[in-house]
Amino acid sequence: MLLRHTPKEISERKALMINPAKTCQPIGAMYAALGIHGCLPHSHGSQGCCAYHRSTLTRHYKEPISAATSSFTEGASVFGGQANLLQAIENIFTVYEPDVIAVHTTCLSETIGDDIKQIRDKAEKQNLVPPGKHVIYCNTPSYVGSHVTGFSNMVKGMTELAQSTGKKSGKVNVIPGWVEPADMEEIKRLSALVGVDITLFPDTSGVLNGPMSGEFKMFPEGGVTIKELKAAGDAAGTLALGEWCSADAARNLDTKCKVPCKVLDMPFGLAATDRFVDALRTIAGVSVPEEVTRERGQLVDLISDMHQYLYHKKVALYGDPDQLIAMTEFLVSLDMLPVHIVTGTPGGKFERIIKKITAGLPCEVNVKASSDMFLLHQWIKNEPVDLIMGNTYGKYIARDEDIPFVRWGFPILDRVGHQYFPTVAYKGGLRLLEKVLNALLDRKDRDDPEQRFELVL
Amino acid sequence: MATTDNKTAQWNAAEVKEEILKKYPPKVARKRAQQILINEALQNDTPEIQANVRTIPGIITMRGCTYAGCKGVIMGPTRDIVNLVHGPIGCSFYAWLTRRNQTDAGEDGENYMPYAFSTDMQDSDIIFGGEKKLKAAIQEAYDLFHPKGIAIFATCPVGLIGDDIHAVAREMKEKFGDCNVFAFSCEGYKGVSQSAGHHIANNQVFRHLVGLNDEKKPGEYKINLLGEYNIGGDGFEIDRVLKKCGITNIATFSGNSSYDQFASAHTADLSCVMCHRSINYVADMLEIKYGIPWIKVNFIGAEATAKSLRKIGQYFGDKALMDRIEEVIAEEMPAVTAAIEDVRPRTEGKTAMLFVGGSRAHHYQELFSELGMRTVAAGYEFAHRDDYEGRQVIPSLKVDADSRNIEEIEVEADPARYAPRKSEEELKALKDSGYVFKDYDGMIPDMNKGSLVIDDLNQFEADKLVEIIKPDIFCAGIKEKYSIQKLGIPMKQLHSYDYGGPYAGFKGAVNFYHEIDRLVNSKVWGYMKAPWQENPELSATYVWE
Repeated sequence: MLLRHTPKEISERKALMINPAKTCQPIGAMYAALGIHGCLPHSHGSQGCCAYHRSTLTRHYKEPISAATSSFTEGASVFGGQANLLQAIENIFTVYEPDVIAVHTTCLSETIGDDIKQIRDKAEKQNLVPPGKHVIYCNTPSYVGSHVTGFSNMVKGMTELAQSTGKKSGKVNVIPGWVEPADMEEIKRLSALVGVDITLFPDTSGVLNGPMSGEFKMFPEGGVTIKELKAAGDAAGTLALGEWCSADAARNLDTKCKVPCKVLDMPFGLAATDRFVDALRTIAGVSVPEEVTRERGQLVDLISDMHQYLYHKKVALYGDPDQLIAMTEFLVSLDMLPVHIVTGTPGGKFERIIKKITAGLPCEVNVKASSDMFLLHQWIKNEPVDLIMGNTYGKYIARDEDIPFVRWGFPILDRVGHQYFPTVAYKGGLRLLEKVLNALLDRKDRDDPEQRFELVL
Repeated sequence: MATTDNKTAQWNAAEVKEEILKKYPPKVARKRAQQILINEALQNDTPEIQANVRTIPGIITMRGCTYAGCKGVIMGPTRDIVNLVHGPIGCSFYAWLTRRNQTDAGEDGENYMPYAFSTDMQDSDIIFGGEKKLKAAIQEAYDLFHPKGIAIFATCPVGLIGDDIHAVAREMKEKFGDCNVFAFSCEGYKGVSQSAGHHIANNQVFRHLVGLNDEKKPGEYKINLLGEYNIGGDGFEIDRVLKKCGITNIATFSGNSSYDQFASAHTADLSCVMCHRSINYVADMLEIKYGIPWIKVNFIGAEATAKSLRKIGQYFGDKALMDRIEEVIAEEMPAVTAAIEDVRPRTEGKTAMLFVGGSRAHHYQELFSELGMRTVAAGYEFAHRDDYEGRQVIPSLKVDADSRNIEEIEVEADPARYAPRKSEEELKALKDSGYVFKDYDGMIPDMNKGSLVIDDLNQFEADKLVEIIKPDIFCAGIKEKYSIQKLGIPMKQLHSYDYGGPYAGFKGAVNFYHEIDRLVNSKVWGYMKAPWQENPELSATYVWE
């Protein structure tokens, strides 16, 4: 047993978090910033933060993750990090030559109260920012929210670049939330198919799923450009996918540039994708082409083909609120039973939404925000499930309890595919279903007695 | 193998250095110039390299922080201590199972390695102080697990808001009575790299754990293995070899270690230091306080392993042991020789670069040379000058502002338990026969003239080195892996071993030979260009068959 010290009996914990289902803000800001073309994320804190975030993102994507740090020492922690950040800005523009530096803070620089805006303005005054280049920033105190909050904050930071010229461009902003590069690509493909001209930000496709060609480009082709971010202020509207990841940025654009916004669930599964496509076509005033309807039909077809293997299977889920909300809805729509759902990210609203989605289920549903995988494991010990879905850390529970396991979420450190194959939209729904079915049917084939071992399933 | 064999590019170390430095702003160039050294290969008078100094802000460094060195490296591998991180969630999350120190839960079955424990500090804790939450978390951990020990690790904000984690630890230790609670002030901003964290961790281990168990352990020829972290099972292989020789390993600092191993370390008769950087001062303290001499060993490389075993045998001076060691070497070497004979024709003459850790960039040169491969550039991520130039420079090391804040503990001979393991005469006889105690010559003397030695290498310099020198293999960590490989050069992670290993000892050496063979001769490096990129011109019309 790997998690041999986890007791079945649940005792209340008020101070000790064990096996978290979240991490801290800055990594989210770093991931989001990588979705800007020519951007070097910069971590204003000790160099360990930056090293940890780069390592985790590298392990998740198997791709180079470039990011710089202010390399705080004890002196900087006492006297403030201004000198470090000014020096970093100068060095970064001289040595790495990015178009933009996206600074995020850490618990260290937040606790000492460094004013990033003031330091950024000073860098500009001292001509440390070359003409045509930018330094954007956001505050990401690690002791508030989670990695999701940091992602949201950096995306909001991007919207600070938006300008309103007074002339609408007719484009639609889509804020995809924390999804994989392949998902961002799929959202662009689907939007183009529907016939809507979108600006997607952040956009890590082409950045974190790059080719191998004998060349290393610190700043690959992909990413939303500064020009596009500026023009986001002239868009017809913004679709924000995910309340936790994307809503703040969309609302900021509304306040700042009067770009109206609509917050939708992330388009995982049938119904959430339906709502996304429906919103797209309504905003852009186009009719949905047959091709999209056909893709939808394929997903419905697969659900009906394999429904018997999904029906009333119990699932334990952990991860981030926006993803979990959409996934729970998808699983319920498949007649599966998501019975244990945990996020480390705070939010009473999360618990209320999940309860609403699962209200009609013929079983009790455990849901908790600001919680951890230790509790999830205890719930599973008390009420076993047929499937676990979540990031790589779930494999310890899955192995101990001998439960089929589908990796989905962040981080995935031990499998590949998430870089290349989407799980959003109808196409992604097919892949999700394939993964779920493979896990369930591999288990069935492993466990069925010889007499009942079947060729055709 | 068009891409891997085409590595005869001519380069000159001085020109490479100049090429690297010219991109930097003048101030940065001046500093980096002192950390990039062209080796003159002088045995006793190596030129000085600047090391263990601050990383320049904005320069993409390989380094991590003090917390990573303390919690991640030193205490991480200890299986039966609850390692509780006091801080916002990230620090605990990132150090959760990400270093590959393999662990055997042992007969007692206590193993907290797969768990991450954190106080998950919130903004209210930052504002009002986190001691109350820390106490409650320690209590909850105690109630749930009843471990032998609970270790508390400070993250950046803890030092800033002034939580007294040591007072909390004392209070809780007294309250429990049967659980040792101790704390590490390893805030990430301290020092200039992980190295400060190793130091903070080792000091506290020495202060709070070593010497707690005087019970005599069974076995003969008792040693401690210091600075071996059981990455990829290295420690398991070393233990296998030691056991086969009849040598008893009392305590490994700290791969696959347990509370009791630390507590009993003072009962060993010899300390063997693997990673000089992370732990040489513990060896010194064990000698001063308990009278245990120390020697430098290296189990990376088959020859080095044999040499280290003989060195241990010679120390104990027992013919039965020395004979047994020779038998073991004779038994183990044929498989090693066979592997070298198989692999070497495909690796001979190839070149390597190593930029890792505080000892591996040196130790692994041994394995490469067993394959007939030359190390053309190497450097440490967080080592000090003595690791480059040898221990003779230690008295002349300047203590700067960043090092001054890292505690040095002064120890004295333990009035009751200090016992010299060898008499003066025995020591003299050993020394007269050429036996060397507490010595380390560092990396530089072992490297070729004209090779490059670079401290705290950064991403820009790594890419430049690979671009100009085109080595056949580059070794560093996960953050460096894919930018190097995008250039078409195989990259071997020498922190995590790319999820392979063990590479220590005899079996480890064989694993490594095969691994390097696989990497430098993989077909994949020849797939970089598509046919239409190789021959872009349409010189003829296509002929349908």
